[in-house]
Amino acid sequence: MNTGNTVQDSVTALKKKRAWHWLEYVFWLAAAASVFLLPSQHALLTQIAIWSLFALSLDLLLGYAGIVSLGHAAYFGFGAYVAALFAINFTGEPITGLIVAGIAAGLLGLATSLLVLRGTDLTRLMVTLGIALVMYEIANQMSWLTGGADGLTGMPVNPVLGIFPIYFRPANSYAYVLIVCFVLFFVAKRIVHSPFGYSLRAIKGNPLRASSIGIPNNLRLIAVYTIAASYAGIAGALLAQTTPVVSLTYIDFQRSADVLLMLIIGGTGYLYGGVVGSALFLVAQKFIGNITPQYWEFWIGFALVVIALFARDRGVFSIFERILGALRNDKAKP
Amino acid sequence: MNALETIGLEKRFGGIVPTNDVNLKVREGARHALIGPNGAGKTTLINLLTGVLKPSKGRVKLGGTDITNLKPHQRVARGISRTFQINQLFGELSPLEAIALVIGEREKLGTRFWRAFGSDEKIVGEAIALAKQFGLADVLGERTSSLPYGKQRQLEIALAIAGKPRLLLLDEPAAGVPEAERHEILETVAALPKDVTVLLIEHDMDIVFGFADRISVLVDGKLFVEGEPKEIENDPRVRAVYLGERTDD
Repeated sequence: MNTGNTVQDSVTALKKKRAWHWLEYVFWLAAAASVFLLPSQHALLTQIAIWSLFALSLDLLLGYAGIVSLGHAAYFGFGAYVAALFAINFTGEPITGLIVAGIAAGLLGLATSLLVLRGTDLTRLMVTLGIALVMYEIANQMSWLTGGADGLTGMPVNPVLGIFPIYFRPANSYAYVLIVCFVLFFVAKRIVHSPFGYSLRAIKGNPLRASSIGIPNNLRLIAVYTIAASYAGIAGALLAQTTPVVSLTYIDFQRSADVLLMLIIGGTGYLYGGVVGSALFLVAQKFIGNITPQYWEFWIGFALVVIALFARDRGVFSIFERILGALRNDKAKP
Repeated sequence: MNALETIGLEKRFGGIVPTNDVNLKVREGARHALIGPNGAGKTTLINLLTGVLKPSKGRVKLGGTDITNLKPHQRVARGISRTFQINQLFGELSPLEAIALVIGEREKLGTRFWRAFGSDEKIVGEAIALAKQFGLADVLGERTSSLPYGKQRQLEIALAIAGKPRLLLLDEPAAGVPEAERHEILETVAALPKDVTVLLIEHDMDIVFGFADRISVLVDGKLFVEGEPKEIENDPRVRAVYLGERTDD
């Protein structure tokens, strides 16, 4: 084997890893086209997009940094309440609301990361779960501010940047959500393919060695936890802006569990797992749920068992991958 | 000048004292070997030097500076690198990625979050040069977990060297390497840059006497004796506690 070529090949391969795959272009073009081509499904598509963003934020933790969380809705819900209260008290301009919610949720993430990062996986599961339960109960008790169990209504949603109305306009509203998701996906992709992103992978892969090559593991994990919390807060703010009421369901255990479920169905560690998972989850929920709710629970449980047993890393994607891999091998054979 | 010095270093786990009043001095540029029978406390000592464990008593000095209270990654920044007895690698990454990661962290560029990993030509160039030196050029882009054990062992040392340490701690570098690939590792160890101080922890006497210019013998957590290879080889006490056990070696 010619060594010079292998060296060049591996450098090229390294560059190729961070380049956009053609499927990604197809996906985003299709998403943009759906604004015009699928008007009847805008409500569902908006839900999928927001869940995808929420799952993406969890993927940054679980897929790249190896941090498990059963309470990610804490940041989602916090962002939603902050966005709603900010809109009610200051301005209803959505982008400003997203930024404020993102910063607020990020700060909450920063503060709670110090608790989460202590200990092992099991400790982390318990601590994240506990944080979300505490946040839920705070939202419930502070009903003078949050509306408690009745929810928070009357949030004004002004035109985006003063020019693009989204209030009660499903197509515009979906386009707005999609653009926000695209920007944040783009940023996330930059982050996971940066030296910082690689250091997270190193910590996930082997924390002992990571610290032995000079990586300050805790600082890096605090940073990614803050970023992920901020993303979750923005996803929550998006839902608040596109739904008439912010309620306790934004922050409850079901939401934390669902987002984890979606991410695992779609697969972790390649950013699109959340999209695949939430699309499958919500579409299946809609269609199977229409037939009978019990069926829904049955099938989601069944899917989870299958995926946990056979396709843990990349979820359903690994099944496609296997098929694609098999096709490629067939082609490669003379 | 001592590259490394420990002063009254002690570690207790309940009633067990794996490191007991150790006063070790490693000269700048030395090829120093630390030997001792199984359970003598060699690995505990390494963990105390690298900051994985906190000592119960005593100080650790690197080049005259007290580093006792520094965390592992801070000690790396001060110039301590180590390899592990059992490979500690990044299975998902390729050797190129792993080496480039170490170089980036060494240059304090690990917090770059917007620039693409591997886009810094200087870092990639250095990583490739280092990989070639360690016989990894033909597997640069492979997943580390799929490499043969000998290559992984080379990478284990390459990662430590990529940090450009002043002091390198080698924990049984040839452990588990098949006889046929052993000479590669030994050549690698012998070819380490002369300005790097090396502390070698090793069981294999051939490696120790072929490599070291100074030997410390650790027994039951205590520094038993220290000297030139010749002195150690001829010291009857050392033969009794250590070499005597392995006369068939």
